[in-house]
Amino acid sequence: MTLGLSLGIVVGYLLLALAVGLVAYRVSETTAEDYYLASRSIGTVVLLFTTFATLLSAFTFFGGPNLAYLAGPEWLIVMGTLDGVLFAVLWYAIGYKQWLIGNRNGYVTLGEMLGDRFGSTGLRALVAGVSLLWLFPYVMLQQMGAGEALVGLTDGVVPYWGGAALITAFMILYVVLAGMRGVAWTDTIQGLFMLSVVWIAAVWVVSAVGGVGAATGAMLDARPEFGNFGGGTYSVGFIVSTAITIAFGVTMFPQINQRFFVAKSGETLKRSFALWPVLVLLLFVPAFMIGAWAAGMPVDVPEGANVLPVVLNEYAPAWFAALVIAGAMAAMMSSSDSMLLSGSSYFTRDLYRPVINADASAEREAWVARLGVAAFALLAFIASLFRPGTLIEVGDTAFSGFALLALPVICALYWERTTRTGMIAGVLVPQLAYLAVVLSAVVGFVPTLPRTVLGGWDVALGLMALSAVLTVGVSLLTAPSAEGDASRFAVAGD
Amino acid sequence: MRRPRRDIVWIPTFAMLVAFAVPWPLWGADRVVAGLPVWIWWHVAWLGLCAVLFSRFARSGAWERGIGLRPEADGDDRGAGGDPRAPPARGDRP
Repeated sequence: MTLGLSLGIVVGYLLLALAVGLVAYRVSETTAEDYYLASRSIGTVVLLFTTFATLLSAFTFFGGPNLAYLAGPEWLIVMGTLDGVLFAVLWYAIGYKQWLIGNRNGYVTLGEMLGDRFGSTGLRALVAGVSLLWLFPYVMLQQMGAGEALVGLTDGVVPYWGGAALITAFMILYVVLAGMRGVAWTDTIQGLFMLSVVWIAAVWVVSAVGGVGAATGAMLDARPEFGNFGGGTYSVGFIVSTAITIAFGVTMFPQINQRFFVAKSGETLKRSFALWPVLVLLLFVPAFMIGAWAAGMPVDVPEGANVLPVVLNEYAPAWFAALVIAGAMAAMMSSSDSMLLSGSSYFTRDLYRPVINADASAEREAWVARLGVAAFALLAFIASLFRPGTLIEVGDTAFSGFALLALPVICALYWERTTRTGMIAGVLVPQLAYLAVVLSAVVGFVPTLPRTVLGGWDVALGLMALSAVLTVGVSLLTAPSAEGDASRFAVAGD
Repeated sequence: MRRPRRDIVWIPTFAMLVAFAVPWPLWGADRVVAGLPVWIWWHVAWLGLCAVLFSRFARSGAWERGIGLRPEADGDDRGAGGDPRAPPARGDRP
């Protein structure tokens, strides 16, 4: 009975989100700019929440509380700093400039923008290819999160693969049917829903254990080291490199980067920028503190399970726990559908059309996009069945891969002297090096290369520095190509 | 009124805002204030401060001047008794 109710709530919620997407689809036009960018007409509230909901994935919703539970509430500081402050600053520095340039020249993707500036189809395809490569583990992360969520909610009656398959089906349906407008609309609903639900959950749990002070007290009795800042997992190296790699990585995520193009006006961007730190904090404080407080609660978190559903099952009624899981699944879906949508635009516009089939009709391109989404999601689903790491580990790998793109892109945006060869070297070499590090952990017969050095410093941070040095150094050594045109990135004048 | 010089102040301001969103001075502190570790309150207050300063920055127009948008604002500056040798706005390129 309760099981049916729980599943009913989760599936009902996913169906509701799908219905909103269909309404949005009805008002959509059939142009690519509308499908991918909602005709650049997104206002403050929707922009804020669509970016917010897209950031909020299994990584935040389950991975975050899990880490806070295991290692302490410092995760709140790490995520708050990187998302609330550093990402906001980068949003302005990279996003505003991209928005201005995108508006002038009609760009839809990052690769398109760079390819046009440097007159290079190769660079365009390279950026798209790299982005799709790292998008893969992140889509997989959502499927893993959904699979674990339903196992937690139903006590294993719904198997891991069942939850992962459910979300895969919904995300494919969603992207194929709705486009950016639908994604942005449901993101807004989902963002508001998650914020409310997480606060209600926090109030529920806290009142059940006798208040905030009692919850913290119990946490400190069980894990005294949670009270003092730093230590354990949270070395200086870990905090700094996690914050930097994730914040820079997020800006290069296809679904986030593409949102830099969608704002209706500069005013929209400015308002979103100022509201951002508050919004981030409103979600992170209750979500991660529940995770940390759980360390002092008499709950038993099984190996490989997520903390949040376990705590809710203990302290909240079953229907409410189901609602929170529905919210989390919605968060994963809004991340995944945005990723798949952006991924499909990267694939069709930057790889398929320029490299594979230049003469494809618009109709054919639309079909390739939809088939591409389905294939990508299914492959990620299959990979998610192997569960290659924890949510945080898989997420972190993807973030770092994207972070390596950020400095060359900033260089291109702000330094006219950047050359095509400089960009290609700055993007390609660190990517190959990082890929070698990541793959060495998976492939059996080669020695595993270290991911961190000197007590928690991520090698990706060093590779980010390398990407900047290569972009600048090689640019200085080479002449701008004849096809490049620095004026494409000018924001003033004619 | 030298707008560009005042605009420059935003750069160290942002550096500070990012750097001290992590409560480094409270490293190892273990006091609990109003039910939460004191360093969590630091972070909460700091992000509030960020929101206020972000909003002021966005309204100040410093960014637009910095990337060479609205060159007319710089023109007004020079016209209003600024340095006559002031270089042209950064957005003006041949």
